[in-house]
Amino acid sequence: MNLSSPGSYMPSEYLPVIIFMMIAVAFGAVTIFVGKIFRIRRPYKDKLMAYESGIPPVGEPRERFSIKFYITAMLFVIFDVEAVFLYPWAVVYDRIGLYALIEMLLFMLILIVGYVYAWKKEAFVWD
Amino acid sequence: MNIIETMIYPILYPDTIIGVVAVILVKIALVLGVTMLHVAYATYFERKVIGHMQVRMGPMRVGYHGLLQPIADGIKLFFKEDLIPAAADRTVFQLAPIVMLFAAMSSLAVIPFFDGFIIADINVGLLYLLAMSSLGAYGLVMAGWASNSKYSFLGGLRSSSQIISYEIAVGLSLVGVMIMSSSLNPKEIVLAQQQHWYGMYLFPQFLGYFIFMVGAFAETNRTPFDLPEAETELVAGYFVEYSGMRFSLFFVAEYVGMIVMSAIAVTCFWGGWSIPPIFIKVIPPLAAVPGIIWFVLKIYIHVFLFYWVRATLPRYRYDHLMALGWKVLIPLALLNIVVTAIIKFMN
Repeated sequence: MNLSSPGSYMPSEYLPVIIFMMIAVAFGAVTIFVGKIFRIRRPYKDKLMAYESGIPPVGEPRERFSIKFYITAMLFVIFDVEAVFLYPWAVVYDRIGLYALIEMLLFMLILIVGYVYAWKKEAFVWD
Repeated sequence: MNIIETMIYPILYPDTIIGVVAVILVKIALVLGVTMLHVAYATYFERKVIGHMQVRMGPMRVGYHGLLQPIADGIKLFFKEDLIPAAADRTVFQLAPIVMLFAAMSSLAVIPFFDGFIIADINVGLLYLLAMSSLGAYGLVMAGWASNSKYSFLGGLRSSSQIISYEIAVGLSLVGVMIMSSSLNPKEIVLAQQQHWYGMYLFPQFLGYFIFMVGAFAETNRTPFDLPEAETELVAGYFVEYSGMRFSLFFVAEYVGMIVMSAIAVTCFWGGWSIPPIFIKVIPPLAAVPGIIWFVLKIYIHVFLFYWVRATLPRYRYDHLMALGWKVLIPLALLNIVVTAIIKFMN
């Protein structure tokens, strides 16, 4: 890896990842496309209705839903960012030592305060 | 240039870009081919295991002891009619299974199968694996929303919130492994485990392994956490409206996801392709067994665990499932990190 001149680094070890991703997309797309040539296709109105245990669907499915799902998503963002902060810390931990340990304990303490607050506010109740 | 010359070009000039790409393509074809074969027979294995656990025989008709059953199923699904509901959002509906399969398959790119065989040796492999397992959630949300059906919508909502909840526990459970090995590279993690006489992080990181496995069950929507597709209340959850080939892509994605989760567990906690050095010290001939055999064996132990749990445990209730993730697994994972860090500091 050449770090001397900025912009000159080519992340070449990621080339297989890109190729793999393209093949993974192509795999799904090609299977569906090839299947299209062989399979039968006889749609009619009742067949194309949304499944609702055999009776005609009543009302719109995309209605208002519980706020709990929204709160879960917000909490996820906070805790996932925390996890992402922990990864580089964990990798260099043995090189930094005590300083890293104390800093991470402080970081976690702040997070645990928020966690306890969310718990007390009943953000983790789903019934 | 004639045809033969074109074909052996990569062998003659392995340093050129064509040579490099050709080698990568062969590796990918090998990994995908072997994985798809294992996925097909993982379904057969599942039906046999669960059959025998319930004092039945499982599939017996197609071929000797039903050995051709996966092929028959594949052919059936291939010729089935592919329905797109009239009310569905066509583009998103068609994209969802592809996104799902993409997320599951791409994870295979950074798994070290045996010593020296890894498609992409990147130094943030573990981060890439976690990113890909989160991408699967997009497939669920897309399928649930685009179907425009009440069952799909509820199933999609439930599974996405379930997956993001357990994503945190899974992500945090691996931090202990990162502290012990000082690396995010799967290959380095395996090599770091060989430095210890016990050869597996399973023993010092038993709590992390437990949290990871519970999270893995939830992330792959397997029993006891298969609420998104709870048959008794939501029929098939987010893929109610899918049929034929598109349905089978979801199915394949689920099984590839299961194998990927097993592979991460094997790499991070079971010493990957290696066996504990103490075994080799006691029985020296074991050193001659190729690494891929240990790797596949360890994967199959995990796959069997998935089936065993499915045959044994009843399904969780939704609020219990979310409470388990947020109130039990996350604090335990944080505790695991703190204890691991303090022990590492003491040494």
